[in-house]
Amino acid sequence: MEAHSSEVFVIGLTVFFLACIIGYYVVWSVTPALHSPLMGVTNAISSVIIVGAILAAGPQGFDTSKIFGLIGVVLASVNIFGGFLVTYRMLSMFKKKTKKTKEKE
Amino acid sequence: MVAILYLISALLFIFALRGLSHPESSRMGNIFGIIGMIIAVFTTLMFKSVLSYYEIGAAILIGGAIGSFIALRIEMTALPQLVAAFHSLVGLAAVFVAAAAFYDPVAFSIGKVGSIKTASLVEMSIGTFIGAITFSGSVLAFGKLQGTISGKPIVFKFQHLINALIFFLIIFLIVLFVINQSPTIFWTIVIVSILLGFLVVIPIGGADMPVVVSMLNSYSGWAACGIGFTLSNNLLIITGALVGASGAILSYIMSKGMNRSIINVVLGGFGGEQDTSASKDNSDKIVKQGNAEDAAYIMKNADSVIIVPGYGMAVAQAQHALREMGDILKKEGIEVRYAIHPVAGRMPGHMNVLLAEANVPYEEVLELDEINHDFPMTEVSFVIGANDVTNPAAKTDESSPIFGMPILDVEKSQSVLFVKRSMATGYSGVDNELFYRDNTTMLFGDAKKMCEDIVKSLSA
Repeated sequence: MEAHSSEVFVIGLTVFFLACIIGYYVVWSVTPALHSPLMGVTNAISSVIIVGAILAAGPQGFDTSKIFGLIGVVLASVNIFGGFLVTYRMLSMFKKKTKKTKEKE
Repeated sequence: MVAILYLISALLFIFALRGLSHPESSRMGNIFGIIGMIIAVFTTLMFKSVLSYYEIGAAILIGGAIGSFIALRIEMTALPQLVAAFHSLVGLAAVFVAAAAFYDPVAFSIGKVGSIKTASLVEMSIGTFIGAITFSGSVLAFGKLQGTISGKPIVFKFQHLINALIFFLIIFLIVLFVINQSPTIFWTIVIVSILLGFLVVIPIGGADMPVVVSMLNSYSGWAACGIGFTLSNNLLIITGALVGASGAILSYIMSKGMNRSIINVVLGGFGGEQDTSASKDNSDKIVKQGNAEDAAYIMKNADSVIIVPGYGMAVAQAQHALREMGDILKKEGIEVRYAIHPVAGRMPGHMNVLLAEANVPYEEVLELDEINHDFPMTEVSFVIGANDVTNPAAKTDESSPIFGMPILDVEKSQSVLFVKRSMATGYSGVDNELFYRDNTTMLFGDAKKMCEDIVKSLSA
């Protein structure tokens, strides 16, 4: 599991640059009308740092690191739920309005 | 196994962004994102070292309840500040994760307390630095958007010099931290970075806020990346890079929409001082004023109307009344479309969401490039809550601060209706010569009230 740390870093760097390139092309293909939902989604997925927070909160017993981890989990969860839900709300407004809905508001 | 599951989760995140290329595929994209997140969380919970399920479960429930409550209750006009608030949480979470890794390096297999690997220390402190900046910058941006703090850019002497000095101080602290691994220095980095975050956002305000919001979006991604490197976690690195790239591209698009470089926006101060470029005195020019009935009459007799919404529409919450007006006009057989300038509103795509909320079909909402050449063939331009983005000075007046900014050519349509609260200049502080043209009618009043009155006149 434990490789040379320089090797691990280079792998990370490789992944990083490839991901940047993918991000570049994927984001340019996003239609400008959906730029707000884009921010909502990116906000939600960037909270994937919850992974790190869970690892810190994982061990039994209570120490400083665990408390930090749990705070991290709470903060990231606010974002995950909030981000996906608000995006969902935005996107459901962009549904095709074929049938005339008479409801106001 | 873990690596595979994380990879699937990362791929799902990419598909989530890809789905946003079209409104029809976007909802599926959001679901991909949610599935990706669920996989990521459960994979991590399966780790042997993760044992405290109850505490973690409780933390997720608390956070999830708060997040859901806010997301379901928020008004769509308040989206920009919501997004800013969410960014601040990502930044803060990054700081906490970095701190946790520092206090318990064994849990992340990056060494032991007091002898953490150098590379990990560097990555950790960079993640902390970006996270803390994102946090404080977003808090300030939230305050500005919410109106708690003045939205005006605040500039003072030696601002950039001070920021540069603080930046070098942080680099120095990081070097020191890598050498002696002292908790005191770690927290000093956090505090100084928080201070820098405030200072970076303070000189930017008003209509530059879309750039700030996008920039902070980008930072939150890079912060996640920094943590990803610390933990040697590819999922975090990939996701962070996606988000970072996304925010950077949005910032670029926004700055281009104002014909300014990102650096120019970041350095800030734009629109702060009153521009003394009021060389042309417009006080003696005559403004043609009209009321709702006039506007209704003009539009009723047109074949085509293009509506240009701006931040003022959001402030007045006029989108529903506006859509109602559009509906009546459409029923009369008039072609109604909406033209959106890239920097309209306070965040990218702000106007599109508000119009979608009011049930305006997205096919009728067009971007600047798509609709600009149609203005000469259009009879009426209905500008509501926008100003600078229609100002012809951007094309003609080289001394104008907005010179070179792409504008919507409403001047080329046969007549222009301007809904405004007063004759005040736009955010840039530049007077709009369009107000004084013969074919322009000013409709003074609250945007929502005006639309409702026009609806009344139209249906009378």
